[in-house]
Amino acid sequence: MSNEATLNDHTTDTNHSEHSDVHHQQQSFVSKYIFSQDHKTIGKQFLITGIVWAIIGGLFSVLFRLQLGFPEQTFPILETFLGRWAKGGVIQPEFYYALVTIHGTVLVFFVLTAGLSGTFANLLIPLQIGARDMASPFLNMLSYWFFFLASVIMLSSLFVHTGPASGGWTIYPPLSALGQSGDGLKIGMDLWLISMAMFIVSSLLGGLNYIATILNMRTKGMSMTRLPLPMWAILFTSILGVLSFPVLLSGAILLLFDRNLGTSFYLSDIVIAGEILPNEGGSAILFQHLFWFLGHPEVYIILLPAMGMVSEILSVNSKKPIFGYMAMIGSMFAICSLGFLVWAHHMFVTGLNPFLGSVFVLLTLLIAVPSAIKVFNWLTTLWRGSIRFTPAMIFAIGFVSLFISGGLTGLFLGNSTIDIYLHDTKFVVAHFHIVMGVASMFGMFAGIYHWFPKMFGRYLNNTLGYIHFWGTIICAYLIFWPMHYEGLAGVPRRYLDLRGWHSFNQFEDLNKLISIVTIIVFAIQLMFVFNFFYSIFKGRKVRVQNPWGSNTLEWTTPINPGHGNWPGEIPEVHRWPYDYGKGGRSFIPQTEPFGADESKDH
Amino acid sequence: MSSTTTTNKIKWWSGGKSPFNMEYGKLMMWYFLMSDAFTFGAFLISYGTIRFSQNFWPDPNVVFNAFPGAGHANLPLAFVSVMTFILIMSSVTMVLAVHAGHHRNKKGVVKWMAWTIVGGLAFLGCQAWEWWHLITGTHAVLADGKLELIGQTMRGNPWGNLADVNLVVDALKNTSHETLVSMVHEHHQNMTHETLMGMSHEQLTGMLNVAELHIREKGPVAFGGYFYGITGFHGFHVFSGVVINIIMLIMAQKGVFEKRGHYLMIEKVGLYWHFVDLVWVFVFLCFYLI
Repeated sequence: MSNEATLNDHTTDTNHSEHSDVHHQQQSFVSKYIFSQDHKTIGKQFLITGIVWAIIGGLFSVLFRLQLGFPEQTFPILETFLGRWAKGGVIQPEFYYALVTIHGTVLVFFVLTAGLSGTFANLLIPLQIGARDMASPFLNMLSYWFFFLASVIMLSSLFVHTGPASGGWTIYPPLSALGQSGDGLKIGMDLWLISMAMFIVSSLLGGLNYIATILNMRTKGMSMTRLPLPMWAILFTSILGVLSFPVLLSGAILLLFDRNLGTSFYLSDIVIAGEILPNEGGSAILFQHLFWFLGHPEVYIILLPAMGMVSEILSVNSKKPIFGYMAMIGSMFAICSLGFLVWAHHMFVTGLNPFLGSVFVLLTLLIAVPSAIKVFNWLTTLWRGSIRFTPAMIFAIGFVSLFISGGLTGLFLGNSTIDIYLHDTKFVVAHFHIVMGVASMFGMFAGIYHWFPKMFGRYLNNTLGYIHFWGTIICAYLIFWPMHYEGLAGVPRRYLDLRGWHSFNQFEDLNKLISIVTIIVFAIQLMFVFNFFYSIFKGRKVRVQNPWGSNTLEWTTPINPGHGNWPGEIPEVHRWPYDYGKGGRSFIPQTEPFGADESKDH
Repeated sequence: MSSTTTTNKIKWWSGGKSPFNMEYGKLMMWYFLMSDAFTFGAFLISYGTIRFSQNFWPDPNVVFNAFPGAGHANLPLAFVSVMTFILIMSSVTMVLAVHAGHHRNKKGVVKWMAWTIVGGLAFLGCQAWEWWHLITGTHAVLADGKLELIGQTMRGNPWGNLADVNLVVDALKNTSHETLVSMVHEHHQNMTHETLMGMSHEQLTGMLNVAELHIREKGPVAFGGYFYGITGFHGFHVFSGVVINIIMLIMAQKGVFEKRGHYLMIEKVGLYWHFVDLVWVFVFLCFYLI
């Protein structure tokens, strides 16, 4: 069996699907909307599940902000809804820790990993590289359903009697390894671990597919250096995911054994409630190494797709070629490789050898170089462009703003000497929420506003979009900017009540402000959710094939593409995707051959 | 003439063709194996970290010296060599199955896949025996001033340092009657359990030659966790490999690949099978040789 024949065999496969859009009318509801193998539907499934999780995770942050802002007050309504978790209208300590744990887990993994890269990798890869579907549509469908299974397990853990996992989203042992250490470390913790194992399977199936598709299934003429930047970003994201998630899987399996089979991987010399445990020889620090070997690349798994989409949206709406296309790819490659080598900067205070620490400091600070390259490239792309401020565009600009403000504080924290002082303070909370939380959410919003017409054939409401943007960015800065000051003053994270420290009384009003702003920004997100679902059915219809004047291939498909994406032949690509404002034309699609007297330069 | 050849040269990376000249499924299998290598890598590195943070680690020649049916004969690493040989032979038969697939020789594929499955099952059987032997076979160890009988489990390890003979003599006095009976019984198989139970503590102690007993202290607890954890995870891979191989065997037998015109699926499971073999080589190295 020669490879040639297999490849040809594969092309015949895609030729078959050319006709599928004729047949897809007869598809049953189940195969079209539920167990669909169409990458566009799977992308929407990821997105909608992600939105549901974002509402849950966001609501949890509102609840614990109520406690942080108003520790002396009672909220009887909470007891009505939450029962014994909020006895007397006060959030109980166990519940507070469950809230922050699930908030972190859900936002990092279920919303910003699955909801962001799952959505846009699925939606954009075949459309932008010119393929009928993913390399393996079936595994792609499984990827979503494993995510769904993980979601169901995580959701069920919220309803067990002893409550969901409450050992923090980093689930450090020995706390997380011993059920005796608290109600939230009992069955809820096991469910958390099993749910994450399912999530890792989902991300693996997705990642393998994304890599194979991007490398193998590009249309004719689509060389690697003609790929739109979101494709490069997703390629690097998938590589990071495929190589780092399995290490978390190993760590989680060992933790499950420690919890349920009496092994001592992470446990040694433990006395709990006066009882000496027989475990010996394990190392709790080992878990931190395994966890952060995923945990740090995870930050870039979240951020890179947002960076890719922002690059695309900035270029389209400035009507200028992206500045430094190759530098963008190079810096993403640098971020991707350095991302693997910096995990121990989360562990400076664990007793890590200071000399080893200094190596991690150096590697961490090196990431500032590619990050700065990207920022300058975005700014120079905007420079003197004829900017069209669509909601997607302002969210993309907002992303750049947040990435700069959040990234700068990363330089503080990357230094082990400063980090020893700032570790576990609100400064850290503020830093990572801005740079990876809110910034990535902005990238995701930009993507949703920009590609919504492609997803549903309708526009999102613009006015609500502008309110969404301004409300969110102002609130985000109001929440997290002051947190830096609190952190510098030494306010620790993870405490549900700071009234014990007299020196922190000065922040009482500030904490109230942050909590109120949190409630407002949550309401604004609900408005976006309303806009999203309302526009799916009632939004303004898309009448033109290419509403944004964009070069990439997804806008050469029909307004509502069927399974198979292009009704006829897959288009051939003749140029890179960023010929904006060239030779007096505002955009030149990738499918257009070079004109006879057109210059070959970008 | 030379210019024509350059224009006809295929540019694999410019789209429309697989740059690796490879079908996507095989590519995905390679990526999966890379990912799985990281899972095993994390396990083995964790094992190394813990092992070298301990003052003492059991000698594999002492731990793995049993052979089914050979009684108490000291045969270090003999059985695991047989296991390894079986697994490597199953890789050879897998190569032959893939080779037969290239020639679209259905009978050959079916035959060699069947032998591969037999090899996989034999390996799993050996592993089951080894685990059973380690868990249920008890050894007398010196702990807290008395002797105890413990097996190799997740919570205990009977292969610590050799205990001082004088301490063992003292410990015999504090040892439970039951334990002594079992210890004597091991060396005097001709006497029944009941007769031994009837004997006094001193009589039993007198029947034991302390110098020949080679009583050890308790060894590191971590040994069991890592050994069962990692060989178990590898065994799980072998098990899933066997299941996949059986499915492939049935599909080949039913002529599915014949209809498809190629036996590429056999090649893909072959990759997985060789990978599982390769991982065993590392597991073998880390647990049995070092």
